[in-house]
Amino acid sequence: MNIVEASGLGKRYGRSWALRECTLAIPAGRVAALVGPNGAGKSTLLNLAVGLTAPSAGDVTVLGGRRAGSPAALDGIAFVAQDTPLYKNLSVADMIYITRSLNRRFDQPYARARLDELGIPLKRKAGKLSGGQQAQLALTLALARRPRLLVLDEPVAMLDPVARHDFMATVLAAASAGAVSVLLSSHVLTELERVADYLILLSRGQVRLAGAVDDLLATHGQASLEELALAYLRETQTSEVTR
Amino acid sequence: MTAMTRPARPDEDDARLRPVPWRRMAGVTWRQHRIALAGVAVLLGALAVWLWSIGTPLHRAYAAAVACHPASSLACQNLVSTFNVSATNHAMGSKGPGGVLLQLLPALIGAFAGAPVLARELETGTFRYAWTQGFGRWRWALAKLVALAVVLAAATAAFGALVSWYYQPEFATGNQAPGLYQTSPLVTLFSLREVTFPAWTLAAFTIGVLAGMLIRRVVPAIVATLAVYAGLAFTAGAFLREHYLAPLVTASDNFNLPGAGTAWTISQWSTKDGRFAFAGGNPPLNLINQFCSSLPAAKAGPPGSFGQCLAQHGYTQWTSYQPASRFWPFQWIEGGWLLALSALLIAATIWLVHRRAA
Repeated sequence: MNIVEASGLGKRYGRSWALRECTLAIPAGRVAALVGPNGAGKSTLLNLAVGLTAPSAGDVTVLGGRRAGSPAALDGIAFVAQDTPLYKNLSVADMIYITRSLNRRFDQPYARARLDELGIPLKRKAGKLSGGQQAQLALTLALARRPRLLVLDEPVAMLDPVARHDFMATVLAAASAGAVSVLLSSHVLTELERVADYLILLSRGQVRLAGAVDDLLATHGQASLEELALAYLRETQTSEVTR
Repeated sequence: MTAMTRPARPDEDDARLRPVPWRRMAGVTWRQHRIALAGVAVLLGALAVWLWSIGTPLHRAYAAAVACHPASSLACQNLVSTFNVSATNHAMGSKGPGGVLLQLLPALIGAFAGAPVLARELETGTFRYAWTQGFGRWRWALAKLVALAVVLAAATAAFGALVSWYYQPEFATGNQAPGLYQTSPLVTLFSLREVTFPAWTLAAFTIGVLAGMLIRRVVPAIVATLAVYAGLAFTAGAFLREHYLAPLVTASDNFNLPGAGTAWTISQWSTKDGRFAFAGGNPPLNLINQFCSSLPAAKAGPPGSFGQCLAQHGYTQWTSYQPASRFWPFQWIEGGWLLALSALLIAATIWLVHRRAA
């Protein structure tokens, strides 16, 4: 089963295409990394996959053929958007209450236990938490929904190294437990090295490379994901310049 | 992290997927909007206490004036004028609710409760959280808007009933004979009564919600709401309301209408020999000079004396008016079109939420 499948997918804002001719199939059970420079179309692709945005061209399905944004898709996907938006004036307990109310499933004992482990007090307002705690709260709420796909948009971009490490550890623990596939975007390549086993390389609104990390490294003769990504990004940039 | 390891759920079939129940939005809406709702409650509560505290003595003064016998006695005249002074102060002066303050209520409640509902989500990015939950985004918007609309309508309807109680003595028929102060319920605070207050509040609320959806920022959306509301309220008051039902026409000046004190005079004009002569209640100067110059200006005092003079020369004065008995039909007509407008605006908002590309 493919967790995300796109064919000829495109999104235009005014005259410029944020994403063009995107065709890919991400298999289930992976931690897939969406990599590319700023403005490459990473957020656009994720917004299309979670159904926040409607495509201008082509189509995208999730969880094995379900239309992105359909009730069944919303039910099975948890999304943590960039800068982890939370209702800043509500308490952590209220955020748990709201997320539980808005979903068919919610693992309250897991959410409580996880927040306890992280030392996040339930009575504190979400806006009063540190950046790392806010990210962890958003991630905990997403995981407590027991999604089949967890989508994270630049989850660690704003976090300090320790918070970044802790956040990724939580993601990895959830992924290795087996029940959830992960699709995350980032331009912090070193963080992805440890967690990602599937790579999608985007630049200038187009998919440059997609596949299992091991396969890609073997075919392209690179030692690490970072080198592979850098090599490709340099190549596409020079080709854009010389064109 | 033992809690993480759980058996994978059985695959759910799309067709069998039961939506999250609507009632769950009640608690969500309350948690998100309790501050706005508490603000409305405090505002209306404080104004209700104030209305009650100034309305009770007014009712007492009215009851005393009506019960007084014989009506022509000096004591009774004093009671009547006591009531009239305080009623006039309340209706016109800054001490009473006749000032602009209460007229602004629907706009303020609607703008401050309505505009942020979607604008804040869009401004702070939390729509990316709310619209990707299992509840579904258009259902989320519909449930939230309907819940807030119902609560606001209930609170303002209750306040409208209090306004009606407060004005009861001044709207009473039969005030004219003892010379008690009267005003038309079709004019004075017509938009703040049981039906119209909730209806105007809903209109302002839905204008605010839609403005927030379109503008995506809280403060500009509030400003836009107040501007649009002001235009709508002015249009309704100045142009629409008098046409809800065809006005009655009677051959008299507006002081001698049936139920004069509580009727709403729309226009006056005069005819001679079945043809239009002049508009308005006051005859033009050249006619006065021609026919009524014998009337000393100082004695022209009681209104209508020029009219009587002109009547002797074949002029007939006409008045079109809306009788106070049309109060409830007018309430329901205004409430009806405002409710239809609100429903339309909510539908447009839901459509935008459903369609909008984030």
